[in-house]
Amino acid sequence: MSQTQWQAVIGLECHVQLLTRSKMFSGASTAYGADPNTHACAVDVALPGTLPVANAEAIRLAVRFGLAVGAHIRPMSVFARKNYFYPDLPKGYQISQYEEPIVEGGSVRVAVGDGRSITVALTRAHLEEDAGKSVHDAFHGATGIDLNRAGTPLLEIVSEPVMHSAAEAAAYMKTLHRLVRWLRICDGNLQEGSFRCDANVSIRPEGDSTLGTRTEIKNVNSFRFVEKAIEYEIERQIRELEAGRSIVQETRLYDEARQQTRPMRSKESAHDYRYFPDPDLPPVVVPAELQEAERALLPELPDARHARYLEALQLSAYDAGQLTGDRETADYFEALLSGVPGQAKLCANWVLGEVSAALNAAQYDIVACPIAPAQLAGLLGRIVDGSISGKIAKDVFTAMWAGEGSADAVIAARGLGQISDDSALVAAIDGVLAASPEQAGQFRAGDEKIFTWLVGQVMRATRGKANPSRLNQLLRERLQSC
Amino acid sequence: MSRIEALDTVSGQLAALAAGSATAIALVERSLERAAALVELNALITTTADAARATAARLTPGSGPLAGVPFAQKDLFCTRGVRTTCGSRMLADFIAPYDATVSERLNAAGAVSIGKANMDEFAMGSSNENSFFGPVRNPWDRQRVPGGSSGGSAALVAAGVVPFATGSDTGGSVRQPAALCGVVGLKPTYGRVSRYGMVAYASSLDQAGVLAHTADDCARVLAAIAGADPRDATCSTRPLDDYVGALGSGVRGLRIGVVAEYFGAGVDPAVAQAVRGALQVLEREGAVLVDVRLPSLPLSIPAYYVLAPAEASSNLARYDGVRFGHRCDAPTDLADLYGRSRAEGFGTEVKRRILAGTYVLSAGYYDAYYRRAQRVRRLIANDYQRAFTEVDLLAGPTAPDVAFALGEKAADPLAMYAADVNTVAVNLAGLPAISVPAGFVTGLPVGLQLVGPAFGETRLLAAAHALQLVSDWHLQAPGAAA
Repeated sequence: MSQTQWQAVIGLECHVQLLTRSKMFSGASTAYGADPNTHACAVDVALPGTLPVANAEAIRLAVRFGLAVGAHIRPMSVFARKNYFYPDLPKGYQISQYEEPIVEGGSVRVAVGDGRSITVALTRAHLEEDAGKSVHDAFHGATGIDLNRAGTPLLEIVSEPVMHSAAEAAAYMKTLHRLVRWLRICDGNLQEGSFRCDANVSIRPEGDSTLGTRTEIKNVNSFRFVEKAIEYEIERQIRELEAGRSIVQETRLYDEARQQTRPMRSKESAHDYRYFPDPDLPPVVVPAELQEAERALLPELPDARHARYLEALQLSAYDAGQLTGDRETADYFEALLSGVPGQAKLCANWVLGEVSAALNAAQYDIVACPIAPAQLAGLLGRIVDGSISGKIAKDVFTAMWAGEGSADAVIAARGLGQISDDSALVAAIDGVLAASPEQAGQFRAGDEKIFTWLVGQVMRATRGKANPSRLNQLLRERLQSC
Repeated sequence: MSRIEALDTVSGQLAALAAGSATAIALVERSLERAAALVELNALITTTADAARATAARLTPGSGPLAGVPFAQKDLFCTRGVRTTCGSRMLADFIAPYDATVSERLNAAGAVSIGKANMDEFAMGSSNENSFFGPVRNPWDRQRVPGGSSGGSAALVAAGVVPFATGSDTGGSVRQPAALCGVVGLKPTYGRVSRYGMVAYASSLDQAGVLAHTADDCARVLAAIAGADPRDATCSTRPLDDYVGALGSGVRGLRIGVVAEYFGAGVDPAVAQAVRGALQVLEREGAVLVDVRLPSLPLSIPAYYVLAPAEASSNLARYDGVRFGHRCDAPTDLADLYGRSRAEGFGTEVKRRILAGTYVLSAGYYDAYYRRAQRVRRLIANDYQRAFTEVDLLAGPTAPDVAFALGEKAADPLAMYAADVNTVAVNLAGLPAISVPAGFVTGLPVGLQLVGPAFGETRLLAAAHALQLVSDWHLQAPGAAA
């Protein structure tokens, strides 16, 4: 009997916390980390008589996402109630969208390594509110409820089941994460739960077109765990089927410590949500003007920028990919480039080299970079015009980082300007040749290798300020003429 | 029969206050004395005598359109610092930290609340026998029901305790008790008055209303409570009409559609005859009576008793014993907390509707019940819309019969539901309607229901006013022996 080749089929539901100041249906703050229940107003606590009012900013952000992925924006979408009892769900229902979501369709192009990319089709993206949190460890013998998160706006982005490996799913999650941050609709903070995923996983014999029974892995909030959880789940499903058992459609949780998935108690997953349109909320109307206004505000998207860096700026795929990893880095790069036109490669090297290393060491975000792009452009300009060498520039950069002023100020204060003046250089060269007649003789006898040593001596004599190309030229001339 | 006095009406009190022949304090004392004398009616759940006296003492005469006029509010309007029970054990101790928009606006208009009126639990009922605080008695015959669910409000106005009271109307809860107690009950267009702070029963049908002796009084109160509210997304932003100013428009040339279905099989012939008599009065005043059919009307009771319980099952999910409201003693676990808190906190009719509503929204039944009922709702709305292309108002009996005996229908929910046969369709279509005293049968009041097109309150009030100018049914008061 031949071994069955299995194909995994994966779809992701990503919950993206929208960057609004107030909640989806109330005026309470969405700020993270406040004392429990201090950001929960009467609406969030679901006091009798209170009513939800939809947050217009959240609707705008959802529209922005839809436009960015080329989706259809419904001119009219409907909020629905998802009914279930849980202590951290104050109303006894979650307001979500069910039959008529605000965003339908669209797709995301995902690079999956080796220059290969896949297109992940999206089913929909809908607006909903988050639940509160149950706190199990704060009180002895009792569970606490913190409603600060209750009502926080979420955009749930649902992909089609079109991915076939854990790596593809993780790459998709990363790409989506970059996109929602790029669009400034989500802060992307994984630790705080601003971006989390549920993964639907099934397997089928290679070549089959029908889908196998799927399981859903709930609430994964890291790229690494999504990959590991899906990998484990695919292996588990294969083991089950090859052992002659069948897959149970169920919700599973990823246990990070044991690196495996386990089923949630059936009580937690077996719900009849009794969805119906929320009578407290009129349909969400997205007028054409709102769509057009958002479209006009849409930034150049990461794919487009990546392509432009390759084609117009002639950057390598690696550099373009790194620079477009987030919008802040790409924007820094472009601001820098505008100060040293035509020096894309030099700018890329500096952003991905010195700047990135210094930011990492200081654990700063690029928006907090102490050296603004215009200041750094001042430094790179001095390399381009030959005033300083690349090596000296790194020292100047360090001084600038430490707050010693502009590139020119540092160069002047430290006397780091490159010696391009021939007479000064010739004087230095002659000094070295006079002190090293033996080595000069070796060169004249044909030992080309000694030339580098002589260059080094002149550099030392000028404390590194000699213009390297001019030094090369003049040294050779002096050696041959003397 | 005795007659009501000028001081039993809003307009009469305002005139006396303006003339200096009455003071706000005197009017409050008058109301409180009457409330105390009529305590057997059980029409008030909470009397706020001290607060009322303090408010009256603070008032500047003429400072608002209703300055100095005492009133009672149905106990589902949240009142800051005063308990709001909704007629339920569940909320017997609930004190809201905010005022309902209706309460807030009446306070701002200078009206003085003397307390919270008894009602069917969560506004579910047509007899006021479903209150945790006991049934309300009809001032015209204390062995009879006042109607419901705003039974306390209707009884208080009929008995002359207050010149007006607020109510809420989901399927007839203002109009039917108004009819059974011989007062005017106005149910505005859905969205004309904010629902914020009004404890929800069925959100797509609930609308705050007014009970008073005259259309004139209703117009004054409507002017104070109606209008846009940013806290209720379903509240209309349409500008208000001049309800008081339009009262004198008369009915000359007004086409009144006499709806055959309103006089259907369940309607007591004597009630039908009284209502036709009142319509003839309007005809003599210049109205044109036209026979009209609303063929979908017989479907309104089944559609209503699918949709209203469906919404209620979700609206009442927040009463879970976790954050507010009744909580059972010593719950053993979460299921026990939910189960016993709700079993103890809710009465029989509320449970019946929660169960029915949960059922019709369940997977596999949604299409057969909820979706179908929504279609019926559209048919009914279409019927009305068609009718209003031919006539200006529609008319018929408000209730099929006069007030029935306490306990008479208590064991037969379907017979009780039939009491709403002529009123629920109006809520399904979201239209304004008014019940006006139209005569007596065996010494008990009969109500004429007039229904208007959306936002046709001025037309309704003017027609009711025209009737009251030439009739005296509304001037009859229940005898002192009542």
